[in-house]
Amino acid sequence: MGNLLAAVVSAEAADSGESKSYIERMFSSDGFHAPSITDFFPPALFGDGTIFEFNRIMMVRLIAAIALIVVFAIVAQRAKVVPGRFQASIEFLLDFVKDQIVEPVMGHEGKRFLPILTTIFLAIVFFNITGVIPFLNIASTSLIGLPIIMALWVYVLYLAHGVKKHGLGGYLKNSLFPPGVPKAIYLLLTPIEFLQVFILRPATLALRLAANMIAGHLLLVLCFSATQYFFFAASGAMKATGAVTFAAGFAFTLFEVFVALLQAYVFTMLAAVYLNMALEEEH
Amino acid sequence: MDVTTLAAVEGNLATIGYGLAAIGPGIGLGILIGKTIEGMARQPEVSGQLRATMFIGVAFVEVLALLGLVTGFIF
Repeated sequence: MGNLLAAVVSAEAADSGESKSYIERMFSSDGFHAPSITDFFPPALFGDGTIFEFNRIMMVRLIAAIALIVVFAIVAQRAKVVPGRFQASIEFLLDFVKDQIVEPVMGHEGKRFLPILTTIFLAIVFFNITGVIPFLNIASTSLIGLPIIMALWVYVLYLAHGVKKHGLGGYLKNSLFPPGVPKAIYLLLTPIEFLQVFILRPATLALRLAANMIAGHLLLVLCFSATQYFFFAASGAMKATGAVTFAAGFAFTLFEVFVALLQAYVFTMLAAVYLNMALEEEH
Repeated sequence: MDVTTLAAVEGNLATIGYGLAAIGPGIGLGILIGKTIEGMARQPEVSGQLRATMFIGVAFVEVLALLGLVTGFIF
């Protein structure tokens, strides 16, 4: 329902200037409004034009961050030896990062990175999941800014720990000159490795997260705005198609929950893998 | 109408571009996931490790299709 409203609101944004209420708009149609990239740049709530411009997506990010802090503050304060249902589900998330991501990738050495990787995982889960929460309806990570911050965090983390462990020269030699190939191959291999380590890894981390969330949001808006169009503008048998897109909208909402968790998993997993590569001894 | 123009395309070509960009990663994901299932069926005891490695691979393949999506919006 919230998504349907969001579709109508985005349709409203497409041609503002008319003075119909949301409810009126919801049950009438003036043609099909396809979702577009402008959905991700809502008008500013305040501070328009300054660097402190605050729009709807910033608000959603703030809400997600506060929710994350509040949930964990409450659980930590009331932590019991025998966990209740709420505490158990939070502990499940924490255990998931430990058992499924850090231990298999980094082994026992990864224990000291467990807190930071757990923080990354939980932050991304909370920022992603806003995409399917009614009335928030947009993933905080669907604008590239937040994923860039997360990716830079991982970037600095693995570079710093690599340099700290092997020294600057040792780390560069380790990552740019993989052993076991003929010397001449380094002409080809070193530039590729350089691109990989210093540019492609952080860039793809950020892009993957943002693009997944953008695609998810567009998919949901497409489903629900098509439903609205079919129900109120199409005629005859075409109206029945609306039922299909309506059901598809709910199915894709569930799928988006899965994607939100999967992307958090993939991001944290890759962060652990990159960190592990930086720490590895001569291979 | 210009008689030398035999065919013209209207609208945004990027739409076709995304379809093309999805073919390769689609095949890649099929092979990747299929092989992982094969490996899991042969050796169920290492399925946890296989699944973890599969997701890392999926992330690398998937980003190609997502680049196709992003470039569609940029160009």
